[in-house]
Amino acid sequence: MKYMLLVYYNEKEMSDAERDRCYVDSARLSRDLAAEGKFVDASPLQLIDTATSVRVRNGKKLVTDGPFAETHEQLGGYYLVDANDLDEAIGIATRIPVATLGTIEIRPVLEIPGLPTGGT
Amino acid sequence: MNDAADIKVRETIDGLYRTESRRILSTLIRLLGDFDLAEEAMHDAFAAAMEKWAEEGIPANPWAWLVSAGRFKGIDVMRRQSRKDESSADTIEQLEAESNDPAEIADRAVKDDELRLIFTCCHPALAPDARIALTLREVCGLTTEEIARAFLTTPSTLAQRIVRAKAKIRDAGIPYKVPSQEDLPERLEAVLHVIYLVFNEGYSASSGDSLTRADLSGEAIRLGRLLLELLPANPQAAAFEPEVTGLVALMLLQESRRAARSSAEGDLVLLEDQNRSLWNQETIREGTQLVRRALASQRFGTYTLQAAIAAVHAEAPTAAATDWAQIVALYDVLLQMAPSPVVELNRAVAVALSSSPEAGLQIIDGILARGDLSDYHLAHSARADLCRRLGRHAEARESYKRALALTRLEPERRFLERRLNEVV
Repeated sequence: MKYMLLVYYNEKEMSDAERDRCYVDSARLSRDLAAEGKFVDASPLQLIDTATSVRVRNGKKLVTDGPFAETHEQLGGYYLVDANDLDEAIGIATRIPVATLGTIEIRPVLEIPGLPTGGT
Repeated sequence: MNDAADIKVRETIDGLYRTESRRILSTLIRLLGDFDLAEEAMHDAFAAAMEKWAEEGIPANPWAWLVSAGRFKGIDVMRRQSRKDESSADTIEQLEAESNDPAEIADRAVKDDELRLIFTCCHPALAPDARIALTLREVCGLTTEEIARAFLTTPSTLAQRIVRAKAKIRDAGIPYKVPSQEDLPERLEAVLHVIYLVFNEGYSASSGDSLTRADLSGEAIRLGRLLLELLPANPQAAAFEPEVTGLVALMLLQESRRAARSSAEGDLVLLEDQNRSLWNQETIREGTQLVRRALASQRFGTYTLQAAIAAVHAEAPTAAATDWAQIVALYDVLLQMAPSPVVELNRAVAVALSSSPEAGLQIIDGILARGDLSDYHLAHSARADLCRRLGRHAEARESYKRALALTRLEPERRFLERRLNEVV
């Protein structure tokens, strides 16, 4: 089963140096997961002030600055993993560096027909 | 086929349903990989037994027959569904490749199936009230109506809660297994918590006008005993036997006082005022024995300590003759293991009785000053009680009023009102 692990944390609670360190640790975790055959994809996201939100209403495009909702913790990155079950996905989530600071939301990926293969 | 033989078959099947249906269900869930399918398959198997056994006689191993028949029925249902949905074809093929020989099925790792069921129903990824509902439904075999009545909710609300929980188990991939050694301590803690919540819901209902709902407490004790029976079979889980023993002891010792805890009018009777001849001595004996066993293991936790405290109360012929010093000492250990303002409050009451009301009051005022329990009615009623004993009636009245404003349980309200009227 594929699980999306969404990494939420309060950007303001992390210094740039801590963030750089976190990227190094996250890259190492990704390599470990790849060695275990559980890695599909992962990446951090640029900070929330780079976010742009788009909506289409009545055929009209609405573009706004900022995330879709202002929250205490922001989406800062993701891991897409291949795990046997939720317990294994929870086990991977606890290894994500930011788990000690923020929250990892685990979402099972819904498989639908008609998607192109080999994209990731 | 005569009527007498028919009746015998029916009685055998009814008896098997009562004693074996949960075990059969737990094995079918593993074999078929789906709660609803397993439930349907099990009912089909019992219906088939009624027909077949009347003709062919009761099989040598009825349990294995029922599992085998259920598995077969389940595959049948899947095959019918797969005509609409191709994704299950692989699963069916895999299932069909395995043996359907009853003797072989009976041998294959069925020991842990009920444990798997318990751990899955109590998975922390399920909402707490869903864990309780699912455990009572699947592990205890209570009907949705029975659970709804016990939790003062409607059957449809409860049914929905269970449907949602089962959907999450399926869609989020909550596994059907005994947790890994690493996860086992916290997962077992979650199971014990569900059991104790069920017990407490039956022992002191959180709302409504009935103080006890004996059926729920009985189910919780049954669940605890079942866990005690199942744990030793699993080498990793066996290490946690002492604390489960402690929980069962705690529930038994509390249960032993049920008849004395409320008056004929349904009013609350405090421990110190209870008619101790109403305490169930047999339950006390069993509970005390279990506490001793848990304590002797040296690997006990907070439930065992609470049970030890309950055991000290149980062995005292009168409230005054209680070994309060020992109770204070047990609370000290409990506080070290798991600091909590509620435990501090209980310790303060024990201190009041072993040393002096002033000493107890001082501790309670300290807790209240921190603001930890300012909304907890028992903190205010305990304070009121000590003030009353010290003859500080104005303060006692004030605290009884605070407690009254905070309690939701009708018998407790009546008790507090009585006390309030006494301190004029």
